[in-house]
Amino acid sequence: MKQTTIGGNKRKAANFLAVAGLIIIFLVYMFPFIMVVINSLKQKRDIIKSPFSWLYTIKGLSFDNFVKAYTQMDFLNAFKNSLIVTVSATVLVTLLAAMLAYYIVRHNNGISKLTFALMVASMIIPFQAIMIPLVSIYGGTLDILNHRTTLIFMHTGFSMAMSVFMFHGFIKGNVPMALEEAAYIDGCTHSQTFFKIVLPLLKPIISTMVILNSMAFWNDFLLPSLVLSDKKLLTLPLSTYSFYGTYSADYGTIMAGLLLCVAPILILYVALQKQIIGGVVAGAVK
Amino acid sequence: MRSKNNGKDFCMFAFPGMFCFFAVVIVPFIYGIYLTLTDWNGVSKEKNFIGLRNFAGVVKDRQFWTSLLLTFKYVILVVVLVNVLAFVIAYLLTRGIKGQNFFRAGFFTPNLIGGIVLGYIWQFVFSRVFVNIGESTGWSLFEASWLSDPTKAFAALVLVSVWQLSGYMILIYVAGFMGLSEDVMEAASIDGASGWVKLKSIIMPLMMSSVTICLFLTLSRAFMVYDVNLSLTAGAPYGTTEMAAMHVYEKAFTSRQFGVGQAEALILFIIVAGISCLQVYLTKRQEVEA
Repeated sequence: MKQTTIGGNKRKAANFLAVAGLIIIFLVYMFPFIMVVINSLKQKRDIIKSPFSWLYTIKGLSFDNFVKAYTQMDFLNAFKNSLIVTVSATVLVTLLAAMLAYYIVRHNNGISKLTFALMVASMIIPFQAIMIPLVSIYGGTLDILNHRTTLIFMHTGFSMAMSVFMFHGFIKGNVPMALEEAAYIDGCTHSQTFFKIVLPLLKPIISTMVILNSMAFWNDFLLPSLVLSDKKLLTLPLSTYSFYGTYSADYGTIMAGLLLCVAPILILYVALQKQIIGGVVAGAVK
Repeated sequence: MRSKNNGKDFCMFAFPGMFCFFAVVIVPFIYGIYLTLTDWNGVSKEKNFIGLRNFAGVVKDRQFWTSLLLTFKYVILVVVLVNVLAFVIAYLLTRGIKGQNFFRAGFFTPNLIGGIVLGYIWQFVFSRVFVNIGESTGWSLFEASWLSDPTKAFAALVLVSVWQLSGYMILIYVAGFMGLSEDVMEAASIDGASGWVKLKSIIMPLMMSSVTICLFLTLSRAFMVYDVNLSLTAGAPYGTTEMAAMHVYEKAFTSRQFGVGQAEALILFIIVAGISCLQVYLTKRQEVEA
């Protein structure tokens, strides 16, 4: 706002107070993260004695905690599992939802209408209302729990409704029929038209959905905890959970482990901050 | 996409997505309703039809009603605090100060991190850092860990949830404030509206669409709180901080009463759906166009 000067000194003083207030609130918000960073380098004795100080430690600072956490959590393996699940499910749901939404927009038939209505209605169902029968069906009758593919499939299914809803709105408003008709006249098949003409037009909504879905998949705990129990398959939140259960008294190692867990997302966030915030706002306001 | 081979189109474009959705959401949801009428224990192949006896079990499950009541208390506190705090911070952020983007990004950070990790971070803060402050300053507020006292553990849960959710709502409110038309605000100033009058008669009505979204999001998230609940308090001390969602999980997967658990889950779903619909209906009516 350029007119800050118009209000004169009163306005300036108010703005100064606003900034001061914000900085204080901001520091309070960041406090837990600061604590984690400081204590991740210290030994247990020093942490118990004083969680604040960084300089005056008896045992000194070291990266031992990180080494220990890294190996005990089987970090690389968990990271790999999380990455496989998140990337596959995100790609799958983005593609399938875009195609389904495109079909629904362009085919105004009974199946389209029914599916879309069901999807919109289902968005209000909380996961907890489905988890028990889900385990009963996939664990009992089909017996396909404890596979990464099952988890990817379930992530895809659960985020389908929301994604189709978003794609549906976008395609309806931003993809002109005339462009597709031109493609058909030029001899494109339906799939060629979709992949070569329509999909590139969906770029803005695709980036929004990729951000929203991948964040949700990466951080999800409850669904993976129901599906995966094999130690080799655990995702990051799951391995954090079991790691914490074993080492909860070893504060330094725990702090290092938590920091390791958070680091990949934070690095990504610093790099893609604008897109992530834009995506989240676009996703919520719809 | 007008053509003769509609069937092929359907199979290629619509079917895969529909299949995932139906197999994971619709079928289990319907099957879940059937489950509430059986005595399945999670292991045995046999399921006996027992009518509405599970619902009678729900009525008798006192811990469920205690946790439901606690969840209501929690939801009210969280929804009010998150929205007031986020609204104020967003208001301060959009006054044209420097570093607005930096602050906004910072406040959003907790939302990038899973609830499990957040809960553990705060568990450390409550049980070690605050206790240390208490020891060195003698403040009785921090003398013992908050997590070992039922009331304070509940307060801790509310505090962490407010901290976690408000960053998200700040984003939405900031977007709302940015969308306010400069012309309208200027016209109000020229007409002599003071800060308070402007807020009450102009900003609030124009911000109602943001309020609708934020209330909806906070309501549904707060009702279904699980991750933070599990990692911060795990229901301790003595199950006094066990929220409804966690109770449903425990009932089904720990006590192995799947029918009763699913019946409770359905009741919870109906409550959440009802309240959310009512809220959207009520706040939508307050929305105005500039």
